[in-house]
Order: sequence, then structure tokens, then C-alpha cells
Amino acid sequence: MTLTEKRAWCLLLATLGAYTWYVVTVLSRVSGGAVQETPYATTLLVSLGASVAVNIGAEIVLSILNPRGARRKDERDRTIDRLGDQVGQAFVIIGGVAALLMALAQWHWFWIANVIYLGFALSAVLSCIAKIIMNHAAIPNP
Amino acid sequence: MKPTRITNAIRALRFANNEMTQAELAERVGVTRQTIIAIEQGKYSPSLEVAFLIARALGVRLDDVFQYPDSSDGDEERT
Repeated sequence: MTLTEKRAWCLLLATLGAYTWYVVTVLSRVSGGAVQETPYATTLLVSLGASVAVNIGAEIVLSILNPRGARRKDERDRTIDRLGDQVGQAFVIIGGVAALLMALAQWHWFWIANVIYLGFALSAVLSCIAKIIMNHAAIPNP
Repeated sequence: MKPTRITNAIRALRFANNEMTQAELAERVGVTRQTIIAIEQGKYSPSLEVAFLIARALGVRLDDVFQYPDSSDGDEERT
């Protein structure tokens, strides 16, 4: 397994874990009232922070376990990174445009924050899945 | 899926070079072993620079390593 793939697995698991924890935590607080009245801001920030922290920690562990491999990143790795990032970028844009439209339509900020977070999470997850697949399958020629 | 029509003789040339391993070739070329595996299997087309480095590491010319079928083999010539 290349370092690119290990990194993709780490980010994928960190993102999925953090986002799942966030959704489960917020949904468990929903009582009989409107969903947007549920407290979510602190949980969202903790979830985002934990995801970033776990990913940084995993990067450090990978570099310690494989110091030589950590330095080496060849042209194929860079191509996989670039194509994978392109897959993910689409969802950041979709999330941003959706949030803009929701703000213009004066939706509750609960939904705006959550659609942005969902866009980030989908972007990271799909980008990682694309990178993992490209590490095993053929890479399309430019 | 093979994204390219380029074929290569890296595997045969490695064995002709004292059974050079994929790891040894990767080390000489300066890429990862996974990249050599992907190139050998036709899953990745290397840059021209890496292609030249592979040919040099194997001690042969570029077109001894990589081949591209003639346009008469079914593909119309592009203009």
C-alpha cells in the first residue's frame, strides 16, 4: 500500500468517524420541537477539530513508521492526489452554492451550517474513495 | 481497464537484466514500486522523463521498452 493510499484511508476514517459522531449526537438531542432549535454549534466544532487532529496525528504516525516512504512521492502519487482532489472539490462548491442560496432564502442558520459541513464531509470522503480506487485501478490519461 | 494503448516490455527486460526486481528498478528510476507495477500492467502511462529513466535503468532504448501500435492496426490516424 502506498503512502498516498494510507493517507487517504486515514482521512476517510477520521472524516467518517467524526461526521457520524456529530450526526448521532445532534439527532439524539432532538426533542419534540423544531430540529433547528437543537444545540449543535459546539458539537460541530468539536467534530471538525477532532477530525483534523486525528488526521494530523495519523500523518505523524505514518511518517514515523515509514520515514523513507514519507519523503518519497512520485509522479503517479501526485497525479492520484490531483485527480482525487478534483473529485472532492465539486462537493465543496455544491455545498457553498447551496449555503448561499439558503442564506438568500433566509433559511435558519442551523441548516446553512449543516449543509456546509455536509459538503466538507462529502468532499473529503469522495476524494479519499477516488484516491483509494485509483491506487488499485488504472489512472485515466489526461 | 487499460487507459492506454501503449504496451511495454519492462517485465521481460527486467528478467534479462539479471532478474532485476521491481523494487530495484523503482529505486534506480526514483519512483515507488507500486508505480513500476502499475506501468508494467499498463494501468499507468509514465511521463516521458520517467520513461527515459526506465529505459536507461534497463540499458536499452526507449522504443525497446515502450511500443505503440501502428495506426493501421484499427485506429484512424489523427490529424
